[in-house]
Amino acid sequence: MIVPYSHVIVLAGIVFLMGMFCAVTRRNLIMILLGLEIMLNSGAIAFIGAALRWQLLEGQAIAIFILAIAAAEVSVGLALIVCAYRRKGSVDPGAYN
Amino acid sequence: MTLYSIIFYVLAVLIIASTGLAISRRNLVHAVVYLVISFFGVAMLFYLLGAPFLAALEVIIYAGAIMVLFLFIIMMLKVEAFEERFFPIRQWLPALGMCVIFIVAGAFMILGDPDTRIPLKAAAAEPVAFGHYLFQAHWLAIEIISLLLLIVLVAVLYLGKRKEQYK
Repeated sequence: MIVPYSHVIVLAGIVFLMGMFCAVTRRNLIMILLGLEIMLNSGAIAFIGAALRWQLLEGQAIAIFILAIAAAEVSVGLALIVCAYRRKGSVDPGAYN
Repeated sequence: MTLYSIIFYVLAVLIIASTGLAISRRNLVHAVVYLVISFFGVAMLFYLLGAPFLAALEVIIYAGAIMVLFLFIIMMLKVEAFEERFFPIRQWLPALGMCVIFIVAGAFMILGDPDTRIPLKAAAAEPVAFGHYLFQAHWLAIEIISLLLLIVLVAVLYLGKRKEQYK
């Protein structure tokens, strides 16, 4: 017996909220991307908990896809940040409008 | 209170504390290092929840590859001197309102469903069984993901080129 499923969901929700807060309030493109990573990770936590709750492997398969999507998203995002930095010389999102 | 639940709560505190430290650091390198600790905690949590293969992948891909990519970009861009300022208070208000709605909806969802109070039974998916399952039931999704990664590779190579090379 581990913990009730609701505790896993609460943990994933708190981590998601932290990622959202980071993505919304920080004025730095790299920190915004880190916030997105935290949010994707919390989704993976919720899926793994659900896979154990219903004893199905689908949740773990989705978690692998989340991992691949996160890798793809972060590489494109960082390439775009490098592009934008070359153009404006800053990573402040306020400098691009 | 079994040993498993104690491990779960210790890991939860570790994850939340290191993530909170990561999102509040001004120095980007410190933020990334705290986030690596958080991802190690998540990997141990995956192991506890019965996904040993995903725990290994979490360490290799998230903590190993993605965070090192972030560190390389931070070292390339010289953003240390950039004086970061947080948003003014009137821009915090929509964010806080969204957080409150999220918390209320989540609390209703968890408290309203009695199924969520059933304790989880410890079980582990063997990596071999998981691999067989993945390539039998989700082979098309695996192919699509591999195609996506190829497209991302091409896109990153295109974006990373210097503009002078086009002329």
